[in-house]
Amino acid sequence: MPFLELQNLQKTYPDGTRAVRGIDLQVDKGEFIVLLGPSGCGKTTTLRMIAGLEDPTGGQITLDNQNVTHLPPSQRDVGFVFQFYALYPHMNVQKNIAFPLENIGTSPADIESAINRVAHALGIEALLNQYPRQLSGGDQQRVSLARAMVRTPDIYLMDEPLGTLDAEHRLELRAFIRRQQLSLSITAIYVTHDQEEAMSLADRIVVMDNGKIRQIGSPSEIYTHPADLFVANFVGSPGMNLLSGQIVQRGNSLTFTRPDTDIHIPIHANIAPAQVVFGMRPEFIRPANRGIPGKVILSEYLGSHGYVHVDTPIGELVMRTTDRFATGEKIHLHLNETHIRLFDPDTETALA
Amino acid sequence: MNAPFLKIDNLSKNYGETQALSEISLSLHAEELLVILGPTGAGKTTLLRIIAGLETPDTGRITVKGADITHQLPAERDIALVFQNFSLYPNKTVRQNLAFPLQAPGRNLSKTDIANRISHTADLLRITPLLDRPATHLSGGEMQRVAIGRAIVRQPQLFLLDEPLTNLDAKLREVLRVELIRLQRDLCTPMIYVTHDRVEALSMGDRIAVLSEGKILQIGTPEEIYQQPNSPTVARQLGYPPINTIDVHKQQNQWFTASNQPIMTADHNAPSNATLGIRAEDISPQGGEIPATIEVIEDLGASTILLADWAGQSIQVLISGEQQWRVGGEIYPSIDPDRVLVWGTTDEQG
Repeated sequence: MPFLELQNLQKTYPDGTRAVRGIDLQVDKGEFIVLLGPSGCGKTTTLRMIAGLEDPTGGQITLDNQNVTHLPPSQRDVGFVFQFYALYPHMNVQKNIAFPLENIGTSPADIESAINRVAHALGIEALLNQYPRQLSGGDQQRVSLARAMVRTPDIYLMDEPLGTLDAEHRLELRAFIRRQQLSLSITAIYVTHDQEEAMSLADRIVVMDNGKIRQIGSPSEIYTHPADLFVANFVGSPGMNLLSGQIVQRGNSLTFTRPDTDIHIPIHANIAPAQVVFGMRPEFIRPANRGIPGKVILSEYLGSHGYVHVDTPIGELVMRTTDRFATGEKIHLHLNETHIRLFDPDTETALA
Repeated sequence: MNAPFLKIDNLSKNYGETQALSEISLSLHAEELLVILGPTGAGKTTLLRIIAGLETPDTGRITVKGADITHQLPAERDIALVFQNFSLYPNKTVRQNLAFPLQAPGRNLSKTDIANRISHTADLLRITPLLDRPATHLSGGEMQRVAIGRAIVRQPQLFLLDEPLTNLDAKLREVLRVELIRLQRDLCTPMIYVTHDRVEALSMGDRIAVLSEGKILQIGTPEEIYQQPNSPTVARQLGYPPINTIDVHKQQNQWFTASNQPIMTADHNAPSNATLGIRAEDISPQGGEIPATIEVIEDLGASTILLADWAGQSIQVLISGEQQWRVGGEIYPSIDPDRVLVWGTTDEQG
């Protein structure tokens, strides 16, 4: 039995907006699930229905063998974690962590044991009597995480908790959450629009768009084998290169080409000639002495690597590389044929 | 080099006891895109507002093409400012929103001129199909395109952008970032772009000025700032994963960590106490002598980040390619000494 199960879950608002259009998801105990998608995709509505903050208009939510679909939030053992706000400067660490528990009327003895547990788990026992201003940035982040996790619900629901933080602290805390997750194995549903955050945190990612689930899988499954064009573009920064064209028979082999060029890319998949969308991740394209000719139109330097946008006869391709190229430079590109992905242009789903 | 387009000399600004900006000096060249990078509260927005004329500096001077504009009114400066929050007129269409800055008294533009500028701007930003929509019927990305359009349509001599992409979804940010780079290049108008986003700073800027607590810590090209940061604070502002910094002391030409582990040979000229800065991509997971235990694996698709405990130090290693790793497994980090940054931490400087 999954610990949490969503069956055909739906939410239609009174004005007719269909925020969630029937989604199915099974979550096991100890799993860290990330709901990933653009604004308006239904990810936050889904989270709020699991929390009991929104009433579903269809479908069922089962939590720990209990149908909780229409139960109020107080009757489900879920912990809703909002953004990791700054700490209260006038309270010491212990008071800061105790605050969420005092708010819900926990007894002093229970508060003390909860604080000791979370302080031990996060390694901040020595800081309990200090004030936020006395702490380093990293320690402040630990304390804010401790405050979020001082309650021990069966499942944590997190709505873009890192959204308000500066880049430096966001990245630090993200790694920290992942490290905690590996040792504590909490069950969590985490909502974000940031694909990199999803990749780095999730055991499994649920990609959502327009109220529906596009794909469920491990980060590497989603990245390597996107189920459709939406996922191929949304996951990865930048997304997968996607070119419209067709598969044609050429002698004994198949190639991908476009009507207005004589460039042919060998296709090794078992597939009939047809109109397709050709996909390749930027890291599988590299500069070469021969290959597809092109002209550099934009170079993005990112420090450890860069992305180079190249105009070629088969369309614009983005290449990930550590080499630097000037705008206007003429180069040739080699495409790693073992990493070609093909999609049906009508259904937009993966072919091979 | 020609005379700079914009020059700022010794600019300071205090709010009561708080020093917002301290002796800022920088220049901006014609057609240049200068990024001002810094965390919240660094003074980025204050600096931009002073350049726009919305705030007055306590001391210092701003010149544009040699002319002192320090005390000019905002309207006299011919500078366009785009904010983080898309400020459109909700009850006007996109077209009316774009026309508004052109209808100001004193502009004296003909109806044809206005129509031409709007259609040109709409083409550049690919918002032509939206022109007759009310501003309230736009997505966040469309609104920010229109807000940028309202700046472009004026054909100002300088653009100031204050974190224009911050409130947008990550994917949209990535798309608009690339569009903005192309746009600035096509318009040939200088731009100052304020951000706290490390990817935007590196990929967009011709140069980057790193601002912290009201002071400029370093100005240089993205390559200079990334490869030769002059302090750990600057180094931590750029790159993902963040740079590894390790406090060390030197004994017999060897760097030792705080827990007395010898991790690298030290140059004989090096200071005796230092912070080492090592980029995650400059650590190879094999070839070293001291083992490290993998604690976290971040699979980012195109690359993988390993967080490892190395002689009591937490380090991050960036790996491209398809090797297999497991949590709890061991790596043997090796570091190319030529790529290590050394910052002295005592009075004696190396």
